[in-house]
Amino acid sequence: MSTATDTLHHDEHDDHHHHIPTGIKRWLFTTNHKDIGSLYLWFSFIMFLTGGAMAMVIRAELFQPGLQIVDPNFFNQMTTVHGLIMVFGAVMPAFTGLANWLIPMMIGAPDMALPRMNNWSFWILPFAFLILLSSLFLEGGGPAFGWTFYAPLSTTYSSDSTALFVFSVHIMGISSIMGAINVVVTIWNMRAPGMTWMKMPMFVWTWLITAFLLIAVMPVLAGVVTMVLTDKYFGTSFFNAAGGGDPVMFQHIFWFFGHPEVYIMILPAFGIISHIIPTFARKKLFGYASMVYATASIALLSFIVWAHHMFTTGMPVAAEMFFMFATMLISVPTGVKVFNWVATMWRGSMTFEIPMLFAIAFVVLFTIGGLSGLMLAITPVDFQYHDTYFVVAHFHYVLVTGAVFSIMAAAYYWLPKWTGVMYDNTLAKWHFWASLVSVNVLFFPMHFVGLAGMPRRIPDYALQFADFNKWISIGGFAFGLSQLIFLALLIKACRKQGEPATDQVWDGAEGLEWEIPSPAPYHTFDTPPVIK
Amino acid sequence: MNLLTKIGTSLFAMCLSLPTLAQSVESEGRSDLNLRQGVTDISSQVYDLHMLMFMVCIGIAVVVFGVMFVSMYLHRKSRGAKPANFHESVKVEIAWTVIPFIILILMAVPAANTLIAMEDTSDADLTVLVTGSQWKWHYKYMDSDIEYFSNLATQREQISNKFSKGENYLLEVDRPLVIPTGQKVRFLITSDDVIHSWWVPDFAVKKDANPGFINEAWTNVNEPGVYRGQCAELCGKDHGFMPIVVIAKDPADYEAWKNEKIAAIQIAKEEEERLLAMNMSMDELMTTGKKVYLAKCAACHMPNGEGLPGVFPAIKGSSLALNDRSGHIDILLNGRTGTAMQSFAKQLTLSEIAAVITYQRNAWGNNTGDIVQASEVHTYANGK
Repeated sequence: MSTATDTLHHDEHDDHHHHIPTGIKRWLFTTNHKDIGSLYLWFSFIMFLTGGAMAMVIRAELFQPGLQIVDPNFFNQMTTVHGLIMVFGAVMPAFTGLANWLIPMMIGAPDMALPRMNNWSFWILPFAFLILLSSLFLEGGGPAFGWTFYAPLSTTYSSDSTALFVFSVHIMGISSIMGAINVVVTIWNMRAPGMTWMKMPMFVWTWLITAFLLIAVMPVLAGVVTMVLTDKYFGTSFFNAAGGGDPVMFQHIFWFFGHPEVYIMILPAFGIISHIIPTFARKKLFGYASMVYATASIALLSFIVWAHHMFTTGMPVAAEMFFMFATMLISVPTGVKVFNWVATMWRGSMTFEIPMLFAIAFVVLFTIGGLSGLMLAITPVDFQYHDTYFVVAHFHYVLVTGAVFSIMAAAYYWLPKWTGVMYDNTLAKWHFWASLVSVNVLFFPMHFVGLAGMPRRIPDYALQFADFNKWISIGGFAFGLSQLIFLALLIKACRKQGEPATDQVWDGAEGLEWEIPSPAPYHTFDTPPVIK
Repeated sequence: MNLLTKIGTSLFAMCLSLPTLAQSVESEGRSDLNLRQGVTDISSQVYDLHMLMFMVCIGIAVVVFGVMFVSMYLHRKSRGAKPANFHESVKVEIAWTVIPFIILILMAVPAANTLIAMEDTSDADLTVLVTGSQWKWHYKYMDSDIEYFSNLATQREQISNKFSKGENYLLEVDRPLVIPTGQKVRFLITSDDVIHSWWVPDFAVKKDANPGFINEAWTNVNEPGVYRGQCAELCGKDHGFMPIVVIAKDPADYEAWKNEKIAAIQIAKEEEERLLAMNMSMDELMTTGKKVYLAKCAACHMPNGEGLPGVFPAIKGSSLALNDRSGHIDILLNGRTGTAMQSFAKQLTLSEIAAVITYQRNAWGNNTGDIVQASEVHTYANGK
């Protein structure tokens, strides 16, 4: 958090017309997009470590067959809260933090359009997660029904603390919607003169589309948790067949939110990678326009594929076919993205600094996740894959080596601009290689145990899965520990320990954010730049 | 960055060696690496589809990553590469949109055919109603009186690491489902409480058991044998402990099993009548009661009767167990709607219910001294 504090001292002379509070008040009352961006990023990192600690509990229990560390009820709470924290506490706030820091600097705006709402949308988040985490310490424990909270497990059969889960999800949703509105309004109204739609940087484009997805589906999530609340506490029967409801309807509503949510967590990643690869290949992004159109088509298609999460629920065969074909179709625009990145690298002049290494790892490992996703789309085979570790492997490849790696790539790429110093390259190399190796030891064997028939969300397993699970756990612990290197590196960079960074930082970097000083002054673009 | 290239290459080697590895382990019957071929025509079609998809994915990966790694080797600044200036090519972009699209259509056709065959549940020779509940399965043969519950048979001590684990640890049940080979068996799948999912990998059958709704699935097993699966939808605390075991017998053996089972049901009925007229002693009731309690009740109410606060209520010291005798009988017979408490009327005999109630009213300091006999439970069940 000292990032912006130091920035402040460094550039005091730029701010003579503002009084800037110091200490805790500065952070509580801040309306500055850079401060709020830092708050979001640090918050998401803390949540990443918290959710990661829960994953360690899961992997410790699964290290060998038998129940040895936690009881099954607590195990279920760990898988549930791990999922909720990583999705809503780590990945989404990290992207919002990046949006806050970068979008105004990329479009030449002085700040976000709605700065007070920006402050509010951040500061309600810690409370949402305090509520969620505190439920773990109540009688009966926290939510134990999976992050997907399928009814009636989450209604009639859940613990008494479910209301707290519902309330915290409501707050997370409100925060996301406010963040998304802010992004849309900022991009729509505050671009510098001359920055037409098709001149916008890819990160801005992908975030604009993501923001629309958020505004469209977060209310659906709010609706479905509210129905869970009233079914459990107020005697309604939305999901209770005995009262005329339908438990499968829960899944339709949930996944109508849940599938676009998947793209909310990956589209900004596409944007980040589309900045980093051209920079280090020293060559323009191969197909800017087709990247924009591909992003938009992925977003549109994401609304008509939700039931591919539900092939075993007993849908009519026509519906199964529709959702199978629609899902397969998504691989076309996703393929366009990957081909574009490769074509950008082709005949470039590449160097392999840390952001580029993460970006390349992203392309390879995200593609592996994408290909297993294509396999999962095939309904008859999905009957075998569904709810096994094959699915766990798939979504961790797209979310950890996809979304999380892109966030790390972004952190390394823009850190010198934020702090004014280069990160510690030795630590960074250790962090990258340790993460890359361990993450594959962690998630790759999950494909095998899944295909061999190990269901997900079980605290104990048959003996034939024992060998792989041991390796998976070892990979998990190693990946968890590797992130402490990243923590050390970030603290060092925020304390300004390192070589001073130039304004452009990277040889091939292009864009408005590289034209302002490093570290970025507390206020930038008081007068808008003109885009040629 | 030779290291990166090396890692990429070894990753590939890993992927490429996968199918051969999988086949070698497969000959032992059960694969630890790959999907199993199973024992039905459908399951082998599904396996073929899986391998086709897998190969296509490997192909795509080899081409894409191959180009990428070649580029990373050739077009690096340290080798003196100068950046080219090309971008945007309509021809290339059309090609990489259309070619994947054609590959997708080629995949979609066999997938759709298999799917249609899988969902055709018509003309079944035998129908079995499969009902999931926390955390066991119930099978009811629609053409006879045969119905029974199927519980996990692995001992608690194996799970808590006190005994060494058996070969079929967590994949064994007390009463497996028995079906004939060479006949089309239709499953009607439903649930009494939360959503479960009935999955037997060797049949490529996985279908959710939704409370209040009935799903259909079918299989036609080619080879006699024992096939094991597990519940595949998170269904609460003991989701990991409700396996499925299906024994496929050839039709003659199946008929023999069926007749034996019907005869056994008849004998059990007569035994029940006989027991109704008899009174059991406190000691007998407590011994049977404890056994039943540990098998059926302890999963939620815990072996010490204290339950899980906030999730499952305690029996120790509860007003129901101390004061309300008929309420106690009622909750065992009928369960309690809107909670996880299920009905045990069909799961236990009258004398077992009497014994477990007596046990609950006298164990862990619930010293009511009450003795409940099978006849009292019988009167309650028929009287109200």
